[in-house]
Amino acid sequence: MPALLVKNLVKVFNGLRAVDGISFEVKEGELFGLLGPNGAGKTTTLNMLATLIRPTSGKAFVAGFDVFKEKDKVRKSIGMVFQEPALDNYLTGRENLEFHGMMYGLSRREAKERVKEALKIVELENFADKLVQTYSGGMKRRLEIARALVHQPKVLFLDEPTLGLDAQTRRRIWEYIKRLNKEKGVTIILTTHYMEEADFLADRVAIIDFGKIVALDTPSNLKNLLGGDVISIEVDNPQNAKKIFEKLPWVKKMSQENGIFYLHVERGEEKIPLLIRIDEKEAGFQIKSINLRKPTLEDVFLHFTGKTIREREASQEERFREKAKRHRR
Amino acid sequence: MEINFTAIYILWLREMKRFLRSWSRMVSMLIMPLFFLVFLGFGFKGAFFPGVGYTKDYIHFLVPGVIGMTLISTSTIAGLSVLWDREFGFLKEIMVAPVSRLSIALGRIVGGMTTSIIQAILILVISIGMGFSFLNLPSLFLTIIIMILISSGFIGLGLILASIMRDIQGFGLITQLVIMPLVFLSGAIFPLTNLPVFLRYISYLNPLTYGVEGLRRALVGFSFLPFWLDFLVLCVFSLFTIILGSYLFEKSEL
Repeated sequence: MPALLVKNLVKVFNGLRAVDGISFEVKEGELFGLLGPNGAGKTTTLNMLATLIRPTSGKAFVAGFDVFKEKDKVRKSIGMVFQEPALDNYLTGRENLEFHGMMYGLSRREAKERVKEALKIVELENFADKLVQTYSGGMKRRLEIARALVHQPKVLFLDEPTLGLDAQTRRRIWEYIKRLNKEKGVTIILTTHYMEEADFLADRVAIIDFGKIVALDTPSNLKNLLGGDVISIEVDNPQNAKKIFEKLPWVKKMSQENGIFYLHVERGEEKIPLLIRIDEKEAGFQIKSINLRKPTLEDVFLHFTGKTIREREASQEERFREKAKRHRR
Repeated sequence: MEINFTAIYILWLREMKRFLRSWSRMVSMLIMPLFFLVFLGFGFKGAFFPGVGYTKDYIHFLVPGVIGMTLISTSTIAGLSVLWDREFGFLKEIMVAPVSRLSIALGRIVGGMTTSIIQAILILVISIGMGFSFLNLPSLFLTIIIMILISSGFIGLGLILASIMRDIQGFGLITQLVIMPLVFLSGAIFPLTNLPVFLRYISYLNPLTYGVEGLRRALVGFSFLPFWLDFLVLCVFSLFTIILGSYLFEKSEL
């Protein structure tokens, strides 16, 4: 039995297909990433899987339970860390966790024990009896991860677990997530719009764009798909440059973005000298900057959607604004 | 939909801890009723106007009214505080827990009722310090029952309003456009017999009228309306708002 089985899941909000027929499967013990820009439908997907919103159509099973018909069983089997903090600021960290445990049917004594253990995992024992309102953003996130573990869920959902955290705290949270998955065998599904996060953490990544899954594989397979390195090259005259680049036999694939060309090549370090040797006068353009990159998931995203993730976020906003305008009329 | 008593207890306990930790919140909730009690109580001391003469003096007329006022504001706000949980995200944590929405609504009602009645009793104690005296101990028992009915009814109303409003904008509007008019049209501050007939009829549609009447009968032994009517209306009102409020809460998505 897979930990998660999703078939043709759809959610329509005001006529907008926020999630547009996605299907995927997650094996038990897997760390699965949903990667995509804000507004791509990741959080909506997670909320549907957590039974918080009702899917418009499709099927989904979490730990073998139907999200339509067996809500309580689904809720018992999952832990959830939301994008924004969902803590009671007027309670202490420990109280937040103990209450949580008891809401999930643990006895007071069981709850106390498990909370102690969970607090140890995220190294918050020393702050446990302080009010949550005194916590930093990173501490809150750690506390929430601990809370999601108290009732020992089979599946853990993390919605943008490191959003808004500084680099150092992010690293630390990554370590916890990795350890939880490896040592405790918890199946983890996380959403993120940070490429490096998906790359570092996930066993498999689904790239999601406009509510659809556009690619799904291990990060290394996805990157290999692009076939080699990417040279990004900025020029003063894109039209002329395009003609030249198109004729280069060793360019396997090319895309263009705001006057920057992305050339997909093998052994990129050896191709840079060739590019520099192009005669400026004859070709009719000048190279302004040049950069070599081994492929990242960002490139994979660009490859599948034709946009960088940041541009996509801008256009998503546009899309929602348009929709809202039309809706108002 | 089964009722989960542990969940209700946990939500009640949470409410108690929050209540005991935020004195400022309690003071700000009690300040208005206290002003009414102190300024009107002393200001109109010995004043006589039609309808008041049935009670010993104005303060004995006023105290049940101010207690009613305390109950309506603290209870409505307790029901509305779902909006705060939504605003600060905590509602999601509760909604994703494996307990029925009904249990969650009941937990909030029981928690809000406790804090609201504690505050009403505080007002009663202060007014005793100002020279108020209630009938006897059984009357105090009866008072608590009326308090429970008023409080649960208005928490239910708060839940209903919360599901209509969706966010905390307009929160102040509720207190000014709902709570204050209901207080003035309930006979809490002055006898309704002094109002023009048109307004008096409106006041009969106001559930708080029956609450204040019930409290006055229980505490000082006088009311314009028969006690059974107060009791009946309060029961119907509180059942209605609690059922509708819980239902709307259950229906609500994030």
